[in-house]
Amino acid sequence: MRLLGRGVKCVRGGREVFSALDFETSSGEALTVTGPNGSGKTSLLRLTAGLLTIAAGSIDLEGGEAELTLSEQAHYLGHRDAMKPALSVLENLTFWRDFLGGMAFDAMESLVAVGLDHAAHLPAAYLSAGQRRRLSIARLLTARRPIWLLDEPTSALDAAGQRLFATLMGDHLARGGLIIAATHAPLGVESNELRIGGLP
Amino acid sequence: MTALAALIRRDIRIALRVGGGALIGVLFFLTVVVLMPFAVGPDLALLTRLGPAILWLGALLASLLTLDRLFMADHEDGSLDLIVMSRIPLELTCAAKALAHWLAAGLPLIIATPILGLLLNLDAASTSAVALTLLAGTPALTFTGMIGAALAVTLHRGGLLLAVLVLPLSIPVLIFGVAASEAAITGPLPFGTPFSILCALSLISLVIGPFAAAASLRHGLD
Repeated sequence: MRLLGRGVKCVRGGREVFSALDFETSSGEALTVTGPNGSGKTSLLRLTAGLLTIAAGSIDLEGGEAELTLSEQAHYLGHRDAMKPALSVLENLTFWRDFLGGMAFDAMESLVAVGLDHAAHLPAAYLSAGQRRRLSIARLLTARRPIWLLDEPTSALDAAGQRLFATLMGDHLARGGLIIAATHAPLGVESNELRIGGLP
Repeated sequence: MTALAALIRRDIRIALRVGGGALIGVLFFLTVVVLMPFAVGPDLALLTRLGPAILWLGALLASLLTLDRLFMADHEDGSLDLIVMSRIPLELTCAAKALAHWLAAGLPLIIATPILGLLLNLDAASTSAVALTLLAGTPALTFTGMIGAALAVTLHRGGLLLAVLVLPLSIPVLIFGVAASEAAITGPLPFGTPFSILCALSLISLVIGPFAAAASLRHGLD
């Protein structure tokens, strides 16, 4: 499986953010997108996820499941965690597992994997920022999709959490997954770097 | 199918929990209808004549009250991004969300109608006629209202815009809903004629609503 971006151009609010961007990444590889604030790291992830329209160029997936689109095979982990405060941690996670479809894994086991099983029946409103991030990561585990698009994945995570997430990302890559992460901090797994905006 | 069932279950669960919209709609409906006899005065004949119109107006405003949260809540917390990325067609997802909204916010209004009919001096037959027209007509309100909710999703304070967008669209539903109720109570028109048109309006909105909402959600993503 190979993800190819060719001459990608992004326009937000009538302003060109970046253009003629080429990138390429394959199964088992992680790509970190770096660059100063406002250089379009999040936009690139959202373009790949199909949440923004590509102004020019293309982003294509080679060798994925033929009947699914790129965004249907991708997980997007954004700044906002998509969890409902009124529902419990487990209810939130079970809902996303059932709704996202694909190969599903036990929600409770995913909570154990991110160290959140003790809070399974707590309403999500009571979680701290780091715990919410762990819950979002559990979402990536409970419904399996080959492409992970991660936006500042390690923000709000403590040192142990960052190590844990690095292990989980390593497992994902070992299974033949593919990661694109926009980040300022080192990811903790071996990765290629794509720098956008500003001077190198 | 499990995915849509999960979505409907989740939305109903959220609506019924603390801070959800389901009870607020019913309480608002109750308040509006209870205020009417105080405003109109103790003229029982007049209340009977106005009864269906008051119940319909109350139901219309109450269903509008919670409609702006239909997509806004999911947009604010990022759920909408994931919903768009799911393997379910967005049109079906929209239809499921509207159905969940109707079950949580529309159905309680219909269940409350018989009690409120008493306050408006409506007899059992008239009340059940109004409840029946509400049952046939409120899906149209939800499914057309969903289009407005999808258009206003990216705007903060989109609720007011939603009312301006949606209320004109609900005029036909209001006309035939009240006409059918009055036909059942006073005649001389047969009940069947306006009621059939009301059902037709609901069916049309069931088809158009999800497509229009999905199109405006896709367009509004940014």
